[in-house]
Amino acid sequence: MSPIIKRKGEKFTLPSKYLLFILTILCAGLMILTFSTDVLDKPVNAVAGYVIVPFQKGISSVGKWLGNRSEELAQIRDLLSENKKLKEQVNELTIENTRLQQSQYELNNLRNLYKIDSQYEEYEKTGARIISRDSGNWYYSFILDKGSNDGIAENMNVLADGGLVGIVESVGPNWSKVKSVIADNSNVSGTVLATGDLLMVSGDLQAMERGVIRFGQLVDSESNVAVGDKVVTSDISSLFLPDILIGYIDQIDMDANNLTKSGFITPAVDFEHLSEVLVILELKQTIPDT
Amino acid sequence: MKRGIIATALIWICFLLQCTFFRALDFGGIVPNLLIILTSSFGFMRGEKTGLGIGFICGILSDIFFGEVLGFYALILMYIGYMNGKFSRVFYPDDIKLPAALIIASDFFYGLICYVLMFLMRGRLQFSYYFMEVILPEIIYTAVVTMILYPVILVINKWLEAGEKRSARKFV
Repeated sequence: MSPIIKRKGEKFTLPSKYLLFILTILCAGLMILTFSTDVLDKPVNAVAGYVIVPFQKGISSVGKWLGNRSEELAQIRDLLSENKKLKEQVNELTIENTRLQQSQYELNNLRNLYKIDSQYEEYEKTGARIISRDSGNWYYSFILDKGSNDGIAENMNVLADGGLVGIVESVGPNWSKVKSVIADNSNVSGTVLATGDLLMVSGDLQAMERGVIRFGQLVDSESNVAVGDKVVTSDISSLFLPDILIGYIDQIDMDANNLTKSGFITPAVDFEHLSEVLVILELKQTIPDT
Repeated sequence: MKRGIIATALIWICFLLQCTFFRALDFGGIVPNLLIILTSSFGFMRGEKTGLGIGFICGILSDIFFGEVLGFYALILMYIGYMNGKFSRVFYPDDIKLPAALIIASDFFYGLICYVLMFLMRGRLQFSYYFMEVILPEIIYTAVVTMILYPVILVINKWLEAGEKRSARKFV
């Protein structure tokens, strides 16, 4: 009798350690496959879109209702709609403000750029609702209720409150996953608006608890960058569209190497109370791989 | 068959609750790990094979939505289910101490593995910080939720076992 398959009446059974071994190999295979290629993304995402997402939408609203019920009781529908309108206006004004400051900077530096083609109001956007958040406690990503059916694609930028929220990481037909800029595994190339210095904004779990984002690799030999300066996404970022507000510098420290500086940025977006976001339906122009 | 359907439904409900309902009721951004409770409970109640199967499905679900690669959480949860299955020989339904201890140990192990593989490997060395801010709160919250969820799973399991015994008697 073979040790792997033993006969128990009419049924064949597989001992659990062999099952464990087979599934371990399957997992390892899947990891390698998804790490190196994206063949599995489409079918898996599509299945998830039909099995899980519709229910997430429902339960999410119930959970939200429970979480905010004291708040909801106090607020009247009229106030909410008015608030929404005002918020939109604030967003527009913040965007406008960033744009104006950018224009001024361009002028001051005598750059003969008469128009800035790529400002955010020229981008086509779509609104989406957050329906679920990461099931673990290590990263900060969430699921939106719109997907490829609404024109969302991978690597599209996500905004809220006039600032950068994150980037679309994977898409299903009716859902998409957003990796936020404060997540520990996120890196964004940014520019200090006032001086044009480049820096690297990288999410950090430890800083996230304090409501700030860490930045580093700021080469500012003349010490022009000051606390309170605006930080926007840079032109050289490969995935993020330029001149989207990330936040304001909160703290600057000299690194041990005495060449670069690092510190913290207060994000423009209130990540604690995020419920609706805007997705820019335009991708950063990249040189296609040949 | 019936068991399979009930188990799938439980996994599905727990996953949905974890990333929607409990996200609205989180404490300091920490949610309890319902999938660990489910995987461990089925592990020590039904044995290694069920444990690793449930763990695998729970993990794959997390991977599809929130994982960087497919199979990472599946692998961790599968081993947790398998290890819990080893304790099915010393499990008595009336005693809550062993299940609670196993679930807490599993969650700690899960947190530790996640930290080592996803954070330590990227040079995030402050273990004490991550332990105090993520792993420990998650364990405590999970333990509290266990007190509510575990009796429910136990009742469902008893009901299923009773049904299986009945149908087994019919065949004799």
